[in-house]
Amino acid sequence: MDLLNAFITLSNFVLIPAIAYGSQLALGALGVTLIYGILRFSNFAHGDTMAFGTMATILITWGFQAAGISAGPLPTALLALPFGIAVCALFVLATDRGVYRFYRGQKAKPIIFVMVSLGVMFIMNGLVRFIIGPDDQRFSDGERFIISVREFKALTGLKEGLAIKTTQGLTVITAVIVVALLFYFLNRTRTGKSMRAYSDNEDLALLSGINPERVVMVTWLIVAALATVAGVLYGLDKSFKPFVYFQLLLPIFASAIVGGLGNPLGAIAGGFTIAFSEVMITYAWKKVAGYALPEVLEPAGLAQLLSTDYKFAVSFVILLIVLLFKPTGLFAGKSV
Amino acid sequence: MTDTTRNFVYFGFIAALIIGTGLMTSWNLAITIVNFGLISAIMALGVNLQWGFAGLFNVGIMGFVALGGLAAVLVSMPPEPEAWSAGGLRVVTALVLGAATIVGAILAYNALPKGRLRTIVMLVILVAGFFIYRAVFDSGVAAVEAVNPANAGYLGGLNPHGKEWGWITIIAWPVGGLLAAGAAWIIGKTALGLRSDYLAIATLGIAEIIIAILKNEDWLARGVKNVVGLPRPAPYEIELQNSATFVERASGLGIDPVTASTLWVKTIYAGLFTVVLLILFILAQRALNSPWGRMMRAIRDNEVAAEAMGKDVTARHLQIFVLGSAICGIAGAMMTTLDGQLTPGTYQPLRFTFLIWVMVIVGGSGNNLGAVLGGFLIWWLWVMVEPIGLWVMQVITSGMAEGFWLREHLLDSAAHMRLLTMGVVLLLVLRFSPRGLIPER
Repeated sequence: MDLLNAFITLSNFVLIPAIAYGSQLALGALGVTLIYGILRFSNFAHGDTMAFGTMATILITWGFQAAGISAGPLPTALLALPFGIAVCALFVLATDRGVYRFYRGQKAKPIIFVMVSLGVMFIMNGLVRFIIGPDDQRFSDGERFIISVREFKALTGLKEGLAIKTTQGLTVITAVIVVALLFYFLNRTRTGKSMRAYSDNEDLALLSGINPERVVMVTWLIVAALATVAGVLYGLDKSFKPFVYFQLLLPIFASAIVGGLGNPLGAIAGGFTIAFSEVMITYAWKKVAGYALPEVLEPAGLAQLLSTDYKFAVSFVILLIVLLFKPTGLFAGKSV
Repeated sequence: MTDTTRNFVYFGFIAALIIGTGLMTSWNLAITIVNFGLISAIMALGVNLQWGFAGLFNVGIMGFVALGGLAAVLVSMPPEPEAWSAGGLRVVTALVLGAATIVGAILAYNALPKGRLRTIVMLVILVAGFFIYRAVFDSGVAAVEAVNPANAGYLGGLNPHGKEWGWITIIAWPVGGLLAAGAAWIIGKTALGLRSDYLAIATLGIAEIIIAILKNEDWLARGVKNVVGLPRPAPYEIELQNSATFVERASGLGIDPVTASTLWVKTIYAGLFTVVLLILFILAQRALNSPWGRMMRAIRDNEVAAEAMGKDVTARHLQIFVLGSAICGIAGAMMTTLDGQLTPGTYQPLRFTFLIWVMVIVGGSGNNLGAVLGGFLIWWLWVMVEPIGLWVMQVITSGMAEGFWLREHLLDSAAHMRLLTMGVVLLLVLRFSPRGLIPER
């Protein structure tokens, strides 16, 4: 038994990746949940909004790299991020003007909005493939590790190593900053309060003189920023591929629903719930168990509950369980 | 212009498009478009049943189509006796055990009073069941996949006579419908009765999972190694080319035997598919105009009022959701038969789910004839957008210098015009003609 080594292995392969992935999912789910709270529909184009914002950031990053601008040890993409957000925000606002506003005026049913968002998804997906192509793009540069396995071993003298990638550290820090800003905005500023009021009770908000178009516009801006940040962080951590971003839609929706649609706090909790379950269920526990358990109990196989190909199944099953037993989510979001 | 003449004009237009394609490019392409158009029309009928009749938003069509394809493999391929003796029994036992675990957990949930005891009992049953299942399953799968992995490595199907019994593939079509119906029942049972978006998200998930299973469970249908050479109900081209009467007849028509054989085989498929489409269309039409169909539309238009009239909304939704998914499963099995192979890697939601949606919306939701029209029209567009896009790009870039990066990029990207076009078509129809080309009556 060697609990310290077991814990290091666990951190290296489960805790750290899951925290990074959870932050990315939480940011994505926040976007979905905000749209749901304010505009009252499930935005199927969210995955592709993330892809679009990331694509804009990647293109600008390449421009910076060509011009020789870099952020030292940090990835250049961080410098490009604000510009990427701006491009994404412009595009999202244009879709709202061109597409969604008409249906808001008509007071269309939510399901019509969902269908319209499908159309937007098609267009965004097509544009992204058209501009940057459907292939894998890597755009991270700068220092690769905050601490690498070898450094860690030399530092602590332990048998197992712990690696923290720069992108993972960055993901968590950025996510914390973004979430703090978002909550400050929603809870303390006038516009944020009017947004919450609008989400709680549309008619009452209108009566008290809140301008709905302004609320909607601010929502889209925030959503564009959240989606771009989430997409860029995910792309830095793994790699950018348009189809993968489309597939992220499922864990993101699952996070938002598990937490309670329309509830920002729930979105964060949901994101981590999904990320941890996904990583823990598809992780091969043999090594950790080998350290943590007495030799007699050591597992013979890989001790992997499900193969990694089924990670979508994990988020899906959690989604089904929540729908069956607590349809409003863990943090009582809106239902119906 | 009356409705009937308008419909004639629309379908005449489709016929003109297809004949035009035949004259301009090749008849082979034209009849391929017809075949896939027929399959698309069937899928669109299924989705129209769910959306047009009942207002259910299913974005998991791809999964149901893939299940139909799986049925085609399981029914029409010859069994692999060696694999069966190596581990087939263990795999089947494991599946039965897995199912028993879930049923046991549900029974325990219903039998015990609410409280901590129930939760613990359920968890114990599920966890223990899972480990027993994995223990039996993993060894069985390893044994099955070890048998001749290059050519087989799976359990095979149920067809005892292989290629001689090509007709058995037709039986696979309704079986595909049954498989899809089973999956739809599970999804419907959990997600129906909640708010409408939840069904969309749940179906999106099940589709991804079905594809993941098909890709990874090699013992079932060889995963990404694909099952090729499915027995088929139509004769093989090579046999036709070797038959003297066929060659004679082809040369009598002035076509060379190779082209004639491919055309003839595809025509046979077109005939079979037309029969299926007609049957399903007539059934759907009867359903739409029956009291049941009226009740469905009443539920769609006002659930509260329908519920107050004593209609069981959730049960009716489940019913129509299962039916519509079954139709998609039938179409999926037909498509795999036409392809002659099951290739799980090629199932993409944009092609198999969202494209069908565009068909239904463009054709006219709530109208079966509209769904069929949309199926043909959008399929033609989907096939032809790529060459048309390439042509447009060539026109746009004709002024640019050879080797200029933008020119190269635009020409390379022409292939991605499809998604863009479909998105624009969907948005335009939703905005300016939300009831579609042939609106609901």
